[in-house]
Amino acid sequence: MGIRETFRLALRAIRRNKVRSALTMLGVIIGVASVIAMIALGSGARAVIDEQIQSQGTTLIYLSAGSFGGPGRAHGGSGSITTLTMEDAEAIAREIPTVGLWTPGVRGRAQLIAGNNNWNSQIEGGNEDFLAVRNWTIAEGANFTARDVLVAEKVCLLGATVATTLFPDQDPVGQVIRVRNMPFRVVGVLAAKGQGQWGQDQDDFVAAPWTTVQKKLLGINYIHQVSFTAKTSELVEPTAVAITRLMRSRHRSPGPEQDDFSVRTVEEMAATRVQMASTMNGLLMSVASVSLLVGGIGIMNIMLVSVTERTREIGVRMAVGAKTGDVLKQFLAEAVALSLVGGLAGIFLGIGVSEAITKSLGWPVLITTSSIVIAFAFSAAVGIFFGWYPARKAANLDPIEALRYE
Amino acid sequence: MPEPLIRVVDLKRSYALGDVVVHALRGLSLEIAPGSFFAVVGASGSGKSTLMNILGLLDRPTSGHYFLAGEDVSGFDRDRRAELRNKKIGFVFQNFSLLPRTTALENVELPLLYNGRGHRPAERHAKALSLLRAVGIAERAHHTPNQLSGGQQQRVAIARSLVNDPELILADEPTGNLDSRTSVEIMEILQRLNREHGITVLLITHEHDIAEYATRVVTVRDGRILTDEPVPVTRRRDAAAELAALPPVEAEA
Repeated sequence: MGIRETFRLALRAIRRNKVRSALTMLGVIIGVASVIAMIALGSGARAVIDEQIQSQGTTLIYLSAGSFGGPGRAHGGSGSITTLTMEDAEAIAREIPTVGLWTPGVRGRAQLIAGNNNWNSQIEGGNEDFLAVRNWTIAEGANFTARDVLVAEKVCLLGATVATTLFPDQDPVGQVIRVRNMPFRVVGVLAAKGQGQWGQDQDDFVAAPWTTVQKKLLGINYIHQVSFTAKTSELVEPTAVAITRLMRSRHRSPGPEQDDFSVRTVEEMAATRVQMASTMNGLLMSVASVSLLVGGIGIMNIMLVSVTERTREIGVRMAVGAKTGDVLKQFLAEAVALSLVGGLAGIFLGIGVSEAITKSLGWPVLITTSSIVIAFAFSAAVGIFFGWYPARKAANLDPIEALRYE
Repeated sequence: MPEPLIRVVDLKRSYALGDVVVHALRGLSLEIAPGSFFAVVGASGSGKSTLMNILGLLDRPTSGHYFLAGEDVSGFDRDRRAELRNKKIGFVFQNFSLLPRTTALENVELPLLYNGRGHRPAERHAKALSLLRAVGIAERAHHTPNQLSGGQQQRVAIARSLVNDPELILADEPTGNLDSRTSVEIMEILQRLNREHGITVLLITHEHDIAEYATRVVTVRDGRILTDEPVPVTRRRDAAAELAALPPVEAEA
C-alpha cells in the first residue's frame, strides 16, 4: 500500500473515534505547546541580552578594583580595594596598543537636590571619553570637556531618569543641582537606554568629571574601575589578557589568587547571562519533554487498545493478503498521524500561549522557524517510537487466531 | 488429466495444547483438479478446518507437502503466503468477515490495496463495482455491513474474493449463517463462478446436502480422508434450477 493510501486510512481511523483521538492527542498537544512556548521564551531572552550587549558596546573591557576570583580567602569585592590608581590606567593605555578609548571610573551615591525636588542616585566620574566608551549619547546640551576634567570643574550630565525626576517641567541644561551641598552645573542630558540586563534602570545616574568626583565629592586618591574599549571586537580577548598581565606585574601579583583587581569583558558577562538563561530554559524544556513523554505513552496505550479491538479487522486484512509490513505500516501511520495532528495543534497552541505571555506579562518571546520544525519532528518521533510496539504487536498476530477472535 | 491445482501429500499438522499434543491432520493426501467444484465434509474436530487453513495458506503443515499450481508452498514464510493468498485465493467465510463501518465497495476493494499494483482509486472503484454488479448488489455498494442482510453480506464477501481474479475460492461454511433460500442463492453464485469462469471452488461444510452442490466430495474424519468420491449426477444439486422452482419472494429489505 502506498504511503498516501496508508495515511488516508490512518486519518479515517482517527476520525472514527473523535473524542478518544482528541483526548489521546492532548498529551502531545500540551507537550509540543510547552516546548514551543519555552523555546520562544528562551529565544526572546537571548535576543534581549544581545540587544543589551549592543547597547553597552561589545568591545568593552572592565578593569575593577577587587577580585571576584580566588576561593578560600577573604576578599572585599569591588569598591573596598584602594589599590587601583589612575597611574595603572594610564600605563595600560600607554603600553597596550590595542586599547582604544578608555575612561577611569569613580562612583558614589549622593542625594541630589534641585529646587524642591531631591533624588538619591549614583554619581559616576569619568573622563571626556566616558560617553563614547560606555555607548551613551547626549540628548540635550553637550558633553563636559577635557579641560573640565583637568581642572575638576563642577559640571555634570544627567541620566534621563534623574533629569525627569529633578526637573519634571523644566529644561535641565544650564540649571544647577546640589550634590552633597556642592553646586554642579548641568551641561547635558543623556539619551535614555532603558532597563539593563539585570532589570535595573540604567538611566538613574549622574555623570561628572572623575577628578571632581574623586577629589571634591569622595575625597579619595584611588579609582574604582577603568573601562577600556578594544580597537576591534577580535582584539577584546587578547587585550583583556594583556591588561591582566600588565596589572599583575604592576601590582606584583603572581596569579589569580593574589589579584587585587579583576578584568571582565562584556562578552564574558553576557555569556554568563546567556548560560543562566539556557539553564533555566533547559529546566523548563525538560518539564515540557516529560509531558511529551506522557503524551507518547498515552498514544501507545490507546494504540494497544485499538489493536485489541480491531483484531478481527487485522485478521481479515491478513486473509486477503496484507503482509506483516502492511499491518505494521497501517498502525504505525495511525500513531504518527495521532501525534502529528496533536503536534500541529500543539504548535498553534504554543504560539498562542507565547503571544499571551508577551501580552500579559510583557516577557519577550521569539518564535523561530527552527522551534516549529523541531516540535513537528519531535512529535513525529514520539509517534514512531510509541507506535512501534502496538504496530509490531498487530503485525505479528496469527491470521487464524485473529480471524476467530471475538 | 491436467496438472492438479492443489496437491497435498501426507499432510500432518499437530498442535501443542498445554501438555497434550493434538494431531489435527494425520497424513492426508489429496488432489484437486483446476476448474472443479470440490467439497470437504466433516464433523467438527475432524480436521477440516485445519485442512482449510493450510490449503488457504493461513497455516503451515507440521510435515508433508502442499503444491499449489505445481509449486511447493509448504515452506513459504508469512509474507510469501500473504502474497499468494492475495493473488491466487479468494476467501468466503461463514461469518462473512467484512470490515465493519466500511462500505461494501471498500470491502471489495480491500484485496486490491495489497496486491502491490498501486491501482488508482477510480480503477479500484470500477473493478469493485463491476463485481458487486455480478453478485447482484451493485445498488448496495455504499452501505456498510450492518445495513446489509446476511445474504447481502455474503455476496459482498464473494465479490471481495473475486477482485484479484483468483484461481481458487475457499468457501468455509459459506451458508452456515444463512437461511435455506439465501443459502441456495449463494450456492448459485458459486456454481455459476465455477461453471462460467472456470474458477476452482473448494467448499468446506458439515452439511451433506450443501456438499451435493459440488462435483466431488471428500469426507474427513480424525485427520484422515474417509471417502473421496464424485457426486453422482443424479444427486447433484443445481442451485439455479432450485431457485427457479422456488416461489418468488418479496425483494430483500
